[in-house]
Amino acid sequence: MGEATLSAQDPGTRLENVSVDYVSGVHALAGVGLAFTPREQVAIIGPSGAGKTTLLQTLACALKPASGELTVLGEQPWRMTNGARQRLRQRLFLAPHVPPLPPRQRVVHAVLAGRLPQWSAWRALRSLIYPLDLEAARDALARFRLEDKLFLRCDRLSGGERQRVALARVITSRAELFLLDEPVSSLDPALAHAALEELQTEAAQRGAGLIVSLHAVDLALARFSRLIGVKAGRIVFDLPRDAIDDQRLIELYGAELDTSLQGPPDEAAPVIKLSRCI
Amino acid sequence: MMLALRPLIGAAAALAFLAACIASLSGDWAGFFSRESAARMLEFVRGFWPPAMEGAFLLKVGSASLETLAISLVGTLFAAVGGLALALPAAGRWGALPRTLSRLLLNCLRAIPELVWAALAVIAAGLGPFAGTLALAVHTTGVLGRLFAEALENVPPEPVESLRRNGAGAVAAFWYATFPQVLPQLTSYSLYRWEINIRAAAILGVVGAGGLGQMLHFHLSLFHVQETASVLAAMVVLVGLVDALSNRLRTRMTA
Amino acid sequence: MHLSAKPHALRDPAWHGRLTAAVIFVVLLGPAFYLTEFNPATLWGEASLRATRRFMETFVPPAHSLEFLALVAQATWKTVAIATVGTTLAMLIAFPLALAATRTLSVSQLATGRMAPVAAIIRTAVRWVLIGLRSVPEIVWAMLFVRAVGLGDTAGVVAIGITYGGMLGKIYIEILESGDTRPAQALLENGAGRLQAFWYGVWPVSLPELTSYTIYRWECAIRASVVMGFVGAGGLGQQMELSMKMLAGGEVLTMLLVFVGLVWIADQVSAMLRKALA
Repeated sequence: MGEATLSAQDPGTRLENVSVDYVSGVHALAGVGLAFTPREQVAIIGPSGAGKTTLLQTLACALKPASGELTVLGEQPWRMTNGARQRLRQRLFLAPHVPPLPPRQRVVHAVLAGRLPQWSAWRALRSLIYPLDLEAARDALARFRLEDKLFLRCDRLSGGERQRVALARVITSRAELFLLDEPVSSLDPALAHAALEELQTEAAQRGAGLIVSLHAVDLALARFSRLIGVKAGRIVFDLPRDAIDDQRLIELYGAELDTSLQGPPDEAAPVIKLSRCI
Repeated sequence: MMLALRPLIGAAAALAFLAACIASLSGDWAGFFSRESAARMLEFVRGFWPPAMEGAFLLKVGSASLETLAISLVGTLFAAVGGLALALPAAGRWGALPRTLSRLLLNCLRAIPELVWAALAVIAAGLGPFAGTLALAVHTTGVLGRLFAEALENVPPEPVESLRRNGAGAVAAFWYATFPQVLPQLTSYSLYRWEINIRAAAILGVVGAGGLGQMLHFHLSLFHVQETASVLAAMVVLVGLVDALSNRLRTRMTA
Repeated sequence: MHLSAKPHALRDPAWHGRLTAAVIFVVLLGPAFYLTEFNPATLWGEASLRATRRFMETFVPPAHSLEFLALVAQATWKTVAIATVGTTLAMLIAFPLALAATRTLSVSQLATGRMAPVAAIIRTAVRWVLIGLRSVPEIVWAMLFVRAVGLGDTAGVVAIGITYGGMLGKIYIEILESGDTRPAQALLENGAGRLQAFWYGVWPVSLPELTSYTIYRWECAIRASVVMGFVGAGGLGQQMELSMKMLAGGEVLTMLLVFVGLVWIADQVSAMLRKALA
């Protein structure tokens, strides 16, 4: 069980012996220790229900750890006031597994919603009347080959298209750390590779960090140089790509292993009912 | 045996209650079913035909219809806005106390019938359609507010949570995630309520709140049965038109 | 992926339609406001303020002299009586009409599934009668009976009887046709008369729902009785109208409170009865 060494710079993100609980008291994450430099791109893999979503939500300051130290972008979110923590959240972007798109909203507004943290309430309302930055929305969609759906309603799109709209929202946001939960689970392999490439390029250009949980191990191995394996709420390994062999993967997945093709999306991990942290 | 007694006792109690009710009503019954009364009513009903149709009168009926239509429109519109404003606390957005208070207010507004509100409004605003509009707005705010609050409470929370988690403000998150999801229901309820309100608006005039109701009361009091017939016919036509329009709009806007 | 070249400026295609709709709306609303003589300033006009002030002066405390309370109690009982007798009358009208119009008791439909033309015509005619009965609001009937025939309390009873007869009839038909129709069908097929088929086949199945809806209508009838009182049909409504005319705020408040209480009690009683029947 390795731990990546944190570079001397402070504005990194790290968890030190973090545990996160379900309401029942059972650990969703136990004793997790990880460190990320600001511009790192990391993939998180593991079987269903392992805690990948919980890990991402903890990093996004959406879940409060029951114990341990959490530092995000150099700040300690749970030692801040509510207002300061909300401002920190504006620098993060958490994309849930199921694209959170209101069915009757048009794609252009769903995509531009990535700008909301930076917009005042008045600007946000004005944009609903007439979209404020059509070019940005179109360009973001074009990167995922979806620019012709700009003015369609979200419920007229297929599952894969909705997922790409959610990815376009990542592009329009101004976040410094992307936390994406199975962002390409509904895309076919070629499209999935292309979409991840766009995200990685964008993150690199912007100098943002990228932490992605993936179900398809081959995708993770192909595109990311550091992989973290999670199982039953614990970190099983945290290694560079070359150090990962089949033995490790079997250890992680047990009988579930299927590296050939991207598998079907996860059945939702057990619902975590925690008190409102926002 | 005991089981069969329960419904019998229940039925007996109901009949006894009914008998008491009948007894306490003044004994118009004999008079109502008497021959003279029947003859009077028949004479009365025959007087309805033909309905009054002189141009000047029809113009008045037309303008009263427009007035009634306007009352129902403006009243329902204000109620939709007011209802949404009250529905936000009533759905628990700002905690338990505002929720209880706003629900209490909405219930009070709903409980009192439009006509009673209209009679009260006439005191404050004088005779005329403004009183009717106020009354409709106040009562319908209670109705729509309650319906809107339930719609807001049943909205899937994921879109809002996602936006808020990423740092969006509460107001922006409402307009971008909650409102689009709840808008079809808001429109549907409001349009449906407009259908009901056009009937209510037609009647409010009876206490002096303008529109066709005021005309009806006036002519009926003076036994102008032919004019009354025309006003009644106008009411039926107006209600039918609004029903049709409201249905068209509802199917188009909530497709 | 490359950006598709779009030299011309992007426009929102929905803008035009929305703008037109907004303009139409405003254009319609202007006259509407004018027609309703919408002028909040009149609320503060001298005459109105005087009336409001006189009304509100006596508003608190609510009138509670014993003789007034006795008067209110009597008026309330009268309202309940009007509603009860009216609903009973409505049941007596609705029941036979519903029986005549329901397809469940159609003999001609048994064998072929299609009704004989004469039977269909009769059924449709009865349905139209029911529609006619409920198309005129009960308050209009009440006004007619009060003014034209000089009735008092009875006016309300007959008005409710007619309109609610139409409403009950429509719902009775729906209940009769939506329940399990097989027992009735079986009886008719075996040669039982229609009335027998009803008592043994339809009545046991539909009784709870029929009673439940009738009790619900009784609740509505109480409210309607109060409203009809404003045009002279007796009861609490008539007293309320008298007090309002005299700007006796305290009396109105008492009666409003009694009304709200009455409606609440009726609601509880109705719920209790309906639960007992279920």
